[in-house]
Amino acid sequence: MSIANIQVPETPLVLYALRRADDALILGHRLSEWCGHAPMLEEDMALSNIALDLIGQARELYSYAAKAEGKDNDEDKFAYLRDVRQYRNLLLVEQPNGDFAQTLVRQFFYSAFADLYWRAMMASRDATLAAIAAKSEKESAYHLRHSAEWIIRLGDGTDESHARAQAAIDHLWAFTGEMFAVDDSERGLIDAGVAIDPAGLRDRWLKTVTGIINEATLALPQNDWMQQGGRSGRHSEHLGHLLSELQSMQRTFPGLTW
Amino acid sequence: MYTQALNTAEAEDRGLEDAAKATQFQARIDAEERIEPNDWMPAAYRKTLTRQISQHAHSEIVGMLPEGNWITRAPSLRRKAALLAKVQDECGHGLYLYAAAETLGSSREELVDAMLAGKAKYSSIFNYPTLTWADIGTIGWLVDGAAIMNQIPLCRCSFGPYARAMIRVCKEESFHQRQGYEIMLTLCRGSDEQKAMAQDALNRWWWPVLMMFGPPDGVSQHSDTSTKWKIKRFSNDELRQKFVDATVPQAQYLGLTIPDPGMTQDAEGHWRYSEIDWTEFKQVLAGNGPCNRDRIAARRKAHDEGSWVREAAAAYAAKRAHRQTAQAAE
Repeated sequence: MSIANIQVPETPLVLYALRRADDALILGHRLSEWCGHAPMLEEDMALSNIALDLIGQARELYSYAAKAEGKDNDEDKFAYLRDVRQYRNLLLVEQPNGDFAQTLVRQFFYSAFADLYWRAMMASRDATLAAIAAKSEKESAYHLRHSAEWIIRLGDGTDESHARAQAAIDHLWAFTGEMFAVDDSERGLIDAGVAIDPAGLRDRWLKTVTGIINEATLALPQNDWMQQGGRSGRHSEHLGHLLSELQSMQRTFPGLTW
Repeated sequence: MYTQALNTAEAEDRGLEDAAKATQFQARIDAEERIEPNDWMPAAYRKTLTRQISQHAHSEIVGMLPEGNWITRAPSLRRKAALLAKVQDECGHGLYLYAAAETLGSSREELVDAMLAGKAKYSSIFNYPTLTWADIGTIGWLVDGAAIMNQIPLCRCSFGPYARAMIRVCKEESFHQRQGYEIMLTLCRGSDEQKAMAQDALNRWWWPVLMMFGPPDGVSQHSDTSTKWKIKRFSNDELRQKFVDATVPQAQYLGLTIPDPGMTQDAEGHWRYSEIDWTEFKQVLAGNGPCNRDRIAARRKAHDEGSWVREAAAAYAAKRAHRQTAQAAE
């Protein structure tokens, strides 16, 4: 029995699956923190629903990473036995829930991307990724609709909700650029038709985002500086605390079946 | 206001009840007919049901907290998803039940406000803490098990919306109960540490679960009229005994010991349990359980911190309605 971190040889395909799995798990975990504490029961239900979709996506992607790796790792080892520096998620998804506006703006930025991303990935030459994409695309379309409707309600609601929504946009904007970045490890997969080039989605993403933000009477920041690092394990301070909670049982009682 | 404009009992407002109507009403109950929201009903029937259904709804919502306490720490992704889905189901039950209560003429806001103000009760069981993962298994197995015992007869309750809600709720609760038992089974087949965790959880939850059925027969305030109106079909002690008889063999199969050394099996096969500590029950109901303050504080916090969101949604809906009216007028 060991509580040590697992070692993951990050071949391009394994790393690619882990990055998307980590996005889905960390965002799903964040949303699950709302369960029982949301502003209205309907949102306890909706946020839990979205969290469940995302955790489901994460499990499929981890399982695929395990298969691609061909060792004895599995979904739980990937989730519970890697530390902060081994996690590969976007900085955006690990940002704390903050108030309801911050949670929904984070969701909106991500879902507007995920919707386009999974739709494009349905054409992947990798049959498993294409199948995961087909399922995730349907879910993301709903997540986008839910969050976009809230952005409009909050932006065009009261003075307070407008100010909170604008503050959330200003705060989270710098984490959106990372969604479109590509490194050498992914370039080969893109060339092979396994992955899609996310840079090609940026214009459509910006169009969706701008349309909703305008309808909500909100504005995008002028600052174009974008934070990066999540994909290579350089995270914000928030992720370590999230993982210490997420992993507490596996770290306290190593090697047991639950 | 969520309440629909159903024809709320004018007779009650006048404080007069037509004796003929009351007789007819009881005849319908005796004939096992379902009472529907627009039917005439005695004010006390309406009041009793509003209290019971809203308490049930509050229990579902407050009940999200002790289990929600483990969503972020569930020990595997499969358990995490199952627990999140379970707590979400409970939220759905709460919503469903508030809707059933609203058919009796009280809005969800009024009912929730009464709970937040400490005027309305919820099940005493949710005032106990979830300390280990085994508590999640134990709650599913025993708390949901006890809830099912209580709720299955409610599927035949005389008030239509409540009876129908219970049919659906019982289906989901029964799934939760099996899920909880499966968690316990996994623990009991696991390491010594896991078995000890399971036994410790059973030790802490057993007596509070028996208290869920309410005070012993003869002391219960509401039983007589509720029985007459076919809201209640079995007494508290009858249901408690049924639960104990069903649960003892389940504990034996797990290899766990019921924390009641005085328990014996009588000639008819019933498991006779020792005296319940009703002082503890009264203290928990009076607000002195280990978590009463935390539970209400958590619900108030969610309510207060969510008020700007609800106001924004209402303001936006009003603006949109106004724009649509203006457009239509052009």
